Amino acid sequence: MLVYEKNSLSDEIEVLIEKFGKERSALLPILQIIEKRHNYISEFAQQEVARLLDIHPVEVYSVVSFYNFLHRYPQGKNIVRLCKTISCDMAGKREIEEALKRELGINFDETTRDKKWTLEYTSCLGMCDQGPAMLVNDKVYTKLDPETAVQIINDTK
Amino acid sequence: MEAKINKTHREGAVLFSPYDAGSSIKKALEVGRENILFEVRESKIKGRGGAGFPTATKWMLVAAAKADKKYIVCNADEGEPGTFKDRVLLTEYPDLVFDGMVVAGYTIGAEIGILYLRGEYIFMLEQLEDYLISMRQNNLLGKNILGKEGFNFDISIRLGSGAYVCGEETALIESLEGHRGEPRNRPPYPVNTGYMGYPTVVNNVETLASISKIITKGADWFKTHGTEKSTGSKLFSVSGDCKKPGVYELPWGTTLNELIKIVDAENTKAIQVGGASGVCIPKSQFDRQLSYEDASTGGSIMIFNESRKMLHVLKNFMDFFVEESCGQCTPCRIGNVKLLECVERIEKGEYTFSYINSMKDLSRTMQVASKCGLGQSSPNPFLSILENFKDEIFRSKENGVSHA
Repeated sequence: MLVYEKNSLSDEIEVLIEKFGKERSALLPILQIIEKRHNYISEFAQQEVARLLDIHPVEVYSVVSFYNFLHRYPQGKNIVRLCKTISCDMAGKREIEEALKRELGINFDETTRDKKWTLEYTSCLGMCDQGPAMLVNDKVYTKLDPETAVQIINDTK
Repeated sequence: MEAKINKTHREGAVLFSPYDAGSSIKKALEVGRENILFEVRESKIKGRGGAGFPTATKWMLVAAAKADKKYIVCNADEGEPGTFKDRVLLTEYPDLVFDGMVVAGYTIGAEIGILYLRGEYIFMLEQLEDYLISMRQNNLLGKNILGKEGFNFDISIRLGSGAYVCGEETALIESLEGHRGEPRNRPPYPVNTGYMGYPTVVNNVETLASISKIITKGADWFKTHGTEKSTGSKLFSVSGDCKKPGVYELPWGTTLNELIKIVDAENTKAIQVGGASGVCIPKSQFDRQLSYEDASTGGSIMIFNESRKMLHVLKNFMDFFVEESCGQCTPCRIGNVKLLECVERIEKGEYTFSYINSMKDLSRTMQVASKCGLGQSSPNPFLSILENFKDEIFRSKENGVSHA
């Protein structure tokens, strides 16, 4: 990481702390925003958050490593989370899974080389009556078939 | 297609019946705290999240507690596989839910309410924030609500980050405080030592929505629905092999046979009641009732027809628990891995019955020794599927089990 990148990240985190406060309870909202902007929470970002919240860096690490939606390593610009729970599984998750893998040329839990896409599984999305379902960044898509799933990916690009 | 928020016409006796936004707050401020607690107790409403703790008891404990601050938390971390009733309530009936929170806040003496929304439901965040703004404009939130001197209350929304275990109330509080979502030892319960150490009521979305109805229409009316011990109605999230999946409001006491007819399911072999942590009920027991005293559920109903392999279903559930166990206590962290391994061995035909019996013993150990509801209930599908579908799993060649 270059020095000016580090400085700008520090500034960014300072602004977030001004907004959410120095309480420990602000930690999760702050991390969620960093994740959203940078697609992961780097070691340096974790240290900065810890320094500014006045807690040990390992505390921040422990939280980042706990939650499924927070990452310690760079993810793609867009994250696709396919529901793998039984209702979606029975509704045809398998075909969507294969179509996404073929289209992006990666397996699940991998990121494309151009860092545009990451494929992940997720537990129940709460769309069981309209499966199969997937989450693309913040948007939920339901009643998928392989063709529409790929179409959604292409439209998001 | 993209999931959009559109209000569909729904019919139901209690929650889906007509309601004027804000009316329960108005009524609550008229009748006063004592009468609200009385009505809630009389209604015998129990928590709708699955555990079924009497709501009135929770409220009374916090109302009676002496503390500088108190909190009301609405648990919208709806993660149980097969449950989506909170999605419907929050997107189509936010008035019921938020009014219920204000009533709860008034009754227990809290000034702050927090809605803990699961990260997966971020798509509804904007709409909910907008709704809260409109409540503030109508003085249903803010200072001196509806002219009631000294009653200040506001609601904020916090997002989860994809952890099923945060639906457990103490894990949820840990998460709100900025920690890993690991359940705490209980006691002390959140009613004593909750968010930030202050007395806290944690209620399910559906419970709070029901409160709005109890306040406006009275406990006696509420009790006309349901059974003696399970009063009112329940939202059931129905998915799986049926023609009409979706959310249905039915009175407690509805039998599984009745439910199958309503949702138009054919050739049904099994019904998983209560989500992954619930039990799997075979066809021979479809006369059982959905109620706290019989087949209890937080609302998840998953239907499997004759073509489904129950071992595959079980594997999916155990896979889920291995992933979602927080890893804090040993019975759950290791037990679930062992149970998944057992399912995989059965799949390959590499098992002995003494091995399976020892895994059933392990299941019972997990039920008593795990720290929270996740580990205590994760062996439920393992035990119920292996027991109720043993013919299919152990005696059928079709299942891919090779008998050497």
